[in-house]
Amino acid sequence: MSGRCVQPPTAELRVPVGEHRTEEFRKVNVLMKVPALRDGSFTLAESVAILMYLTRKFKTPDHWYPSDLQKQARVDEYLSWQQAHIRGKGSKLFVTKMLIPILTGQPLPPEKVEGATEELNVVLSQFEEKFLQDKPFIVGNDISLADLVALVELMQPVAAGYNLFEERPKLAEWRRRVEEAVGKQLFQEAHEEILNAKNVSADKIAPELREHFKQQLLKQVN
Amino acid sequence: MGLELYLDLLSQPCRAVYIFARCNSIPFEFKRVELMKGEHRTEEFRKVNVLMKVPALRDGSFTLAESVAILMYLTRKFKTPDHWYPSDLQKQARVDEYLSWQQAHIRGKGSKLFVTKMLIPILTGQPLPPEKVEGATEELNVVLSQFEEKFLQDKPFIVGNDISLADLVALVELMQPVAAGYNLFEERPKLAEWRRRVEEAVGKQLFQEAHEEILNAKNVSADKIAPELREHFKQQLLKKLHSSYRKLHL
Repeated sequence: MSGRCVQPPTAELRVPVGEHRTEEFRKVNVLMKVPALRDGSFTLAESVAILMYLTRKFKTPDHWYPSDLQKQARVDEYLSWQQAHIRGKGSKLFVTKMLIPILTGQPLPPEKVEGATEELNVVLSQFEEKFLQDKPFIVGNDISLADLVALVELMQPVAAGYNLFEERPKLAEWRRRVEEAVGKQLFQEAHEEILNAKNVSADKIAPELREHFKQQLLKQVN
Repeated sequence: MGLELYLDLLSQPCRAVYIFARCNSIPFEFKRVELMKGEHRTEEFRKVNVLMKVPALRDGSFTLAESVAILMYLTRKFKTPDHWYPSDLQKQARVDEYLSWQQAHIRGKGSKLFVTKMLIPILTGQPLPPEKVEGATEELNVVLSQFEEKFLQDKPFIVGNDISLADLVALVELMQPVAAGYNLFEERPKLAEWRRRVEEAVGKQLFQEAHEEILNAKNVSADKIAPELREHFKQQLLKKLHSSYRKLHL
């Protein structure tokens, strides 16, 4: 299947560490989080809301967010469920296995990493059993917002060194299809930074932020 | 076979689906799934939702989980009035934005306080340390301030002049910590005013009826819960809250 992305990528603004907490960014998103969108005077937070806004405003091909009632509901269902599950557990393992050790200079106890890995495995099984099943993509024969959101989330624990695709061939096949559908080069470009994250050392992070992040993250994983 | 909604009104997202369907006169069969009796863990219910959670919908052979997905499915299938999920691009985005944010914030922290303050004490027979309840209360207060500052502001409803899915979902979630005895509306007059407007928009009687069970939750004693479930729930909830709770040997 050829790539379904119809435009070449355009340059974006990169927001380096800490700049989500500036007054300037706060005007874009008072919740001080990325991603955020500004379209004229209209600002918008929350990636799912942004993705839906973009599909509607730019009338993207139907398969991304199908007009068919039941297919659309399947996308909504996944986008809702994933927050606490694939996203929640994938983030937790990334933070536990990679981010906190970088910030604190020492690894967490092995049982913390094992526990986070086990929790991720539970939701991966649910993902395979309920959402993917034996279909090429989550909603059927074509890629949708659900697949895109799912795969970018799964790349986070992969970046932390947890090779979740190795022992799950069905997932690995699905990943190949999704990468091909969006365009391999685009996908790799988008993931270059996170896949190099293991090379980040604590001194690359502004000192005043290091403590802030540390406290936030320790709270999250406990 | 018509539309079936599988609900337990003790659950916030179930109340949102119930109120929405009733308010819009959507014909459905109410299929009660009593969580306290473990009815969500039966093989029969698993056929409706393999994730074993409520709310769930069955429409012919089509099954659907996740309250936000169900609400959107109902607005589209039954072509409910536009204000619920506006066709205007920016207003619709505002609803999407709230429904996404609320999961980890209003829903997350409201549930956490309810579980901490009411549910675990019922299941274990003893209250949690006061600092746990204080911590959960403080976390809820943070997101309540964010709710007022970013989402409600000085508007009558979250998206503007009319009630939408965002307001309904927000209010049913806030009733959970209220049911646990945390009177969050008392010190937040703007929120209290907004609550009155939302109740009036869906219908006061319907709103009260939907909340009768949860508001009586404090009268539930542990023996109303099937014994084999009591342990299961206890473990699940303690795991969810805080790993340090295990040190209490609960």
